[in-house]
Amino acid sequence: MDFSVALLLAQDGVTNGAIYALLSLALVLVFAVTRVIFIPQGEFVAYGALSMAAINAGFLPPTMWLVVTLGIAVAVVESVAALREGATARLPMIVFRNAVLPILAVIAVRYLPLKSLAYPLQVAIALAFVVPLGPQIYRLAFQPVAEATVLLLLIVSVAVHFMLVGLGLYFFGAEGGRTPAFTDGGFTLGPTYVQFQTLWIVGIAALLIAGLALFFERSIYGKALRATAINRTGARLMGISADLAGKLCFTLAALVGAFSGILIAPITTIYYDTGFLIGLKGFVGAIIGGLASYPLAAAGAILVGLLESYSSFYASAYKEVIVFTLIIPVLLWQSLAKHHVDDEDEH
Amino acid sequence: MSRLFTPNRALLGFLLALSLVPLFAAPFTVTLVNYIGLYALVALGLVLLTGIGGLTSFGQAAFVGLGAYATAYLTTRHGMSPWGTLIVGMVITTAVSLALGFITLRLSGHFLPLGTIAWGISLYFIFGNLEALGGHGGIDGIPAVDLFGLELGSGRAFFYVIWATLLAAIVTTQNMLDSREGRAMRCLRSMTMTEAMGINTLWYRMVLFMIAAQFACVSGWLYAHLQRFVNPTPFSLGHGIEYLFMAVLGGTAAVWGAVFGATAVTFLKEWLQDLLPKLLGATGNFEMVVFGLLTIIVLHRTRDGLWPILMRFIPQREGKKTVEPALPLPRRDLPTTGREVLQVKNVTKRFGGLVANDRMNLTVRAGEVMALIGPNGAGKSTLFNCISGVNPPTEGEIHFMDQRIDALSSREIAKLGMSRTFQHVRLNQDMTVLENAAIGAHLRGRKNFVQSAWRLDREEERRLLWEASHQLERCGLGEHLFDAAGSLPLGKQRIVEIARALCSDPTLLLLDEPAAGLRHLEKRALAELLAKLRAEGMAILLVEHDMDFVMGLADRVVVMEFGEHLAEGLPQEIQTNPKVLEAYLGGVDA
Repeated sequence: MDFSVALLLAQDGVTNGAIYALLSLALVLVFAVTRVIFIPQGEFVAYGALSMAAINAGFLPPTMWLVVTLGIAVAVVESVAALREGATARLPMIVFRNAVLPILAVIAVRYLPLKSLAYPLQVAIALAFVVPLGPQIYRLAFQPVAEATVLLLLIVSVAVHFMLVGLGLYFFGAEGGRTPAFTDGGFTLGPTYVQFQTLWIVGIAALLIAGLALFFERSIYGKALRATAINRTGARLMGISADLAGKLCFTLAALVGAFSGILIAPITTIYYDTGFLIGLKGFVGAIIGGLASYPLAAAGAILVGLLESYSSFYASAYKEVIVFTLIIPVLLWQSLAKHHVDDEDEH
Repeated sequence: MSRLFTPNRALLGFLLALSLVPLFAAPFTVTLVNYIGLYALVALGLVLLTGIGGLTSFGQAAFVGLGAYATAYLTTRHGMSPWGTLIVGMVITTAVSLALGFITLRLSGHFLPLGTIAWGISLYFIFGNLEALGGHGGIDGIPAVDLFGLELGSGRAFFYVIWATLLAAIVTTQNMLDSREGRAMRCLRSMTMTEAMGINTLWYRMVLFMIAAQFACVSGWLYAHLQRFVNPTPFSLGHGIEYLFMAVLGGTAAVWGAVFGATAVTFLKEWLQDLLPKLLGATGNFEMVVFGLLTIIVLHRTRDGLWPILMRFIPQREGKKTVEPALPLPRRDLPTTGREVLQVKNVTKRFGGLVANDRMNLTVRAGEVMALIGPNGAGKSTLFNCISGVNPPTEGEIHFMDQRIDALSSREIAKLGMSRTFQHVRLNQDMTVLENAAIGAHLRGRKNFVQSAWRLDREEERRLLWEASHQLERCGLGEHLFDAAGSLPLGKQRIVEIARALCSDPTLLLLDEPAAGLRHLEKRALAELLAKLRAEGMAILLVEHDMDFVMGLADRVVVMEFGEHLAEGLPQEIQTNPKVLEAYLGGVDA
């Protein structure tokens, strides 16, 4: 391998690594706040990318009926809960926000000339019909068992993943999707050629990470999430709703996932089931961070990207094996460094 | 009401119907029932892992693949006998499961499933890419199994092999769970208590994972010789997840849940794959969506799965209600009365900036009751945790029977002859009182899980249960032996904890508020019991708030306040000590 190939691979690795870093941050966030190991994170990547591809080709967002269906389901569940509490005054708002709003959005999007819309508007529409799935899934699948063990939440998580992959095939078909680059072309930098899309990905990933950091440091909601992550019971006693915290971090996770998909769709063909492996690589990053540290998770994710890129050069058939085997030394190190094991029966 | 429908008859009917399947059913049905047997074997492992151990694995399909590929490769390329390849497959499975377990099982419970995801994906890609294993095309021409000269080439003939294996696995698993080893496994979720009873929880988790992996491996071996062809597809992570759905839907609380789950999922899948595309007019993996949805609904509504619901329609087998007499277990030599068995020297325990115990000192002698008293938050339970190794001290030394123990784990300390109860009762609520007490006698048995699976442990088991029932009788719980521990009032549950501690035949007994929640007469009976134990030479250290109880029973009293040693002496000295009165009643300025 000469130097220019090495640089090209590094560029590739950092690009993918930036995406994995975004996903790993979302995974750490969701786990810290809700104790859910969010296996379906990758499905949001695929849904985001493929919705964008569909809209870009002038089709309606394929997931819109799912958003409406889940919205109605959430409206029903919330209404029943409100009725039990006797809070009938809240009913109109519940129905409007969860069920009517998505239906209005579907009606609106039918009349839009999707194909000729500006690119950023297409992105916004794609996100509008994927991101709501995050809080909807939290409300329907996770909130009813929010106090259960990590194990049970993990099994629910895998079940949701299964459903989303099955639905993904129905919505998007078996063919992959690809979208045009944000900006075509690139430039030569020394011995290597840099695509503009690469800059977009790395730049936006860095901006998003900075934005998340600001959100957690400065905003009241960010602080509420951090408080919940540190001590759920304590946060609840301070008036922070665990349900709200859960919904909020699922929204963030869905947003990060879908946007990551939109970012990489111009450089990789995405299939309905590609998301899983992408999400899992974010996981490897998150595990390197012990499912707790954001900077370590991001650094781990970049490492995963680089490792993947170089191993695809040397042993492309085994690149997945090499990437996933990376967690073994990491887990071994964490296991040996750890002295006390958590007792799950003490809550 | 006459009992037409008893558990035994239900089982007999099921076995009869099953044995007729290959004779009368259509070939397609036979194949389906064969697959159900194979799936149920894997799901059975997951029931053990998930329902008993509180762990789970998404990588069971990879272990199935390991068993299948081991035999496919070795029989076709190296001409080995299928029986030999079965052993090779199991040896490799043992190695892999021990390695994965060693890496992940010390971490929190969710690292094993995450590790098995990585394992499941990696093995799938290795199967698909190794030329020697035929790549994605797989390996064909696997020979049929030869049993005593009888070639089992057809699905009908193989049917009996599959189901006999499964039934043997179920019976041995049930045997194992109903033994000393099984009781330890059933308590794994309550790690602090289990370790304090001298049980190596890491080892038992490892064993459960290994057994689950072996069941999967055997299922893979059977699959390869049934199908006579293997390729990587059935061993993917997705199939690993399907196995988990079978276990969860069927129910992880009972071994038959695995069979029920495998049956339900297999038939439902067949049916859905026919029905849904017609209904929706499109192709897709709709059955995935349905299984995902069903799993979520089941976990929301009934965490123990569907099997217990089914069982409501069948009258339950009455459990055994007698304990067979057996030889008493050998006892430890107790030290001579008056000898110091426990010395706590300058023990300090810090939690971050909080000093919970500050240079505490105390001694306990054989044949005495030492009481540790003090206001709430004085650090008494913290000191108990330091002494018993549950949460070791930051500084200072603790000696027990002339051995320094402050760096030992609670498990090692338990082996030396110290036993304890907990302030917040830690019993397995679903096990009987007898079984809970028998946990304490764990260290007095030797038989391992293989011996208990094959019922080679019965003599020892009788002695352990006899000891447990004897200790429970002594504590006045003789009439509750077969009640679920969770059904007793809290005060009696504390007494079960004492009986459990006594089952370990301790030299030193640590009791954390044993009289809390007891009625007057029960307290008196408890005081009599403790006095009797003292007379036998046992050393007892007790934390208690009931002053009448303490002052009437204790030989010496140590008072703690704010983590420090405040006073020490005979009960009557303590009762008149002005410092103690101030600590309990506050200053006189009010």
